[in-house]
Amino acid sequence: MLSTAPPEDAAALPARRPAVAAVAVASVGAVTAAQPAPAFPDADSTAWVAALGATGPAHEAAVERLHALLLRAARFELRRRGAHADLDDLAHQAAHDALVAILAKLHTYRGQSRFTTWAYKFALLEAGVKARRRAWQGREVVLDDDGWALVATGDADAPAAGAEMAELLHATGEAIRAVLTPHQRAVLVAITLQDVPIDVLAERLGTTRGALYKTLHDARRKLRAQLALQGLLPAAEGGER
Amino acid sequence: MSDQVSRRLAGVLGPAGPEVTCEACFEHLDRYAELERAQGGAAAEAAVPGMHAHLEGCPACAEEHEGLLALLAADG
Repeated sequence: MLSTAPPEDAAALPARRPAVAAVAVASVGAVTAAQPAPAFPDADSTAWVAALGATGPAHEAAVERLHALLLRAARFELRRRGAHADLDDLAHQAAHDALVAILAKLHTYRGQSRFTTWAYKFALLEAGVKARRRAWQGREVVLDDDGWALVATGDADAPAAGAEMAELLHATGEAIRAVLTPHQRAVLVAITLQDVPIDVLAERLGTTRGALYKTLHDARRKLRAQLALQGLLPAAEGGER
Repeated sequence: MSDQVSRRLAGVLGPAGPEVTCEACFEHLDRYAELERAQGGAAAEAAVPGMHAHLEGCPACAEEHEGLLALLAADG
């Protein structure tokens, strides 16, 4: 069992952009006002990119409009997740960070959706990350690589389960113990059994969301392969594209 | 078998098929959501194979997907 100490104050942590935001989407070249991408879906999107790529008052006005759009999106998302006392503070932080990310990645916008939809996802990502981190602020994350036992033995209805499902449950627990590394077990248990958000766990472990998901994916693939060998699941076909 | 145990088992084992990464999910999320709304889930999945499986397997990306669909619906 490995315990990770929660940060005293999330704000005191080094600024670390979530992995998914930090990874630039495939660039197809800079999009400028003089040379808009032909695939842009609508005039409004073209106008957004042109104004944001401009200089002077037009740029400043577009940035202000974009910030307002992002703030509205962040507030919407935070409300959708359940109101917080500091909702507006989180929304402003999310809108600011999303704006910075968008301006840095503007050249990667390929016009495959409306510009506002493309921009929204940055605000939703930032709002989601901040909401999850706030919810876990001050909470300890205990990495317990034997967490499966709690599920396998804690179900009052288990005796009534079908024999096949009971066998699958038992075999899954055995496979978790037999084929996963301690790190894979700890990550699998934390995310899928303890409901630790993946970006919270990434922050506590000093890694990225993408790297942790890769660990989780590899662990699941090993489990599925093991269960397939026992004839309890179809042959594994999983893989990351 | 309780629903909770079934859900836990599904979460532990994850999606069966190939899936995109979290990075690819974020990259394509806007296009995927618009296609879902305009043409349905099958068309969106055809455009971004492996996206549906990833959204089944990654709770954080699934939350962002739900949020984007809700926001687009609210915009009308």
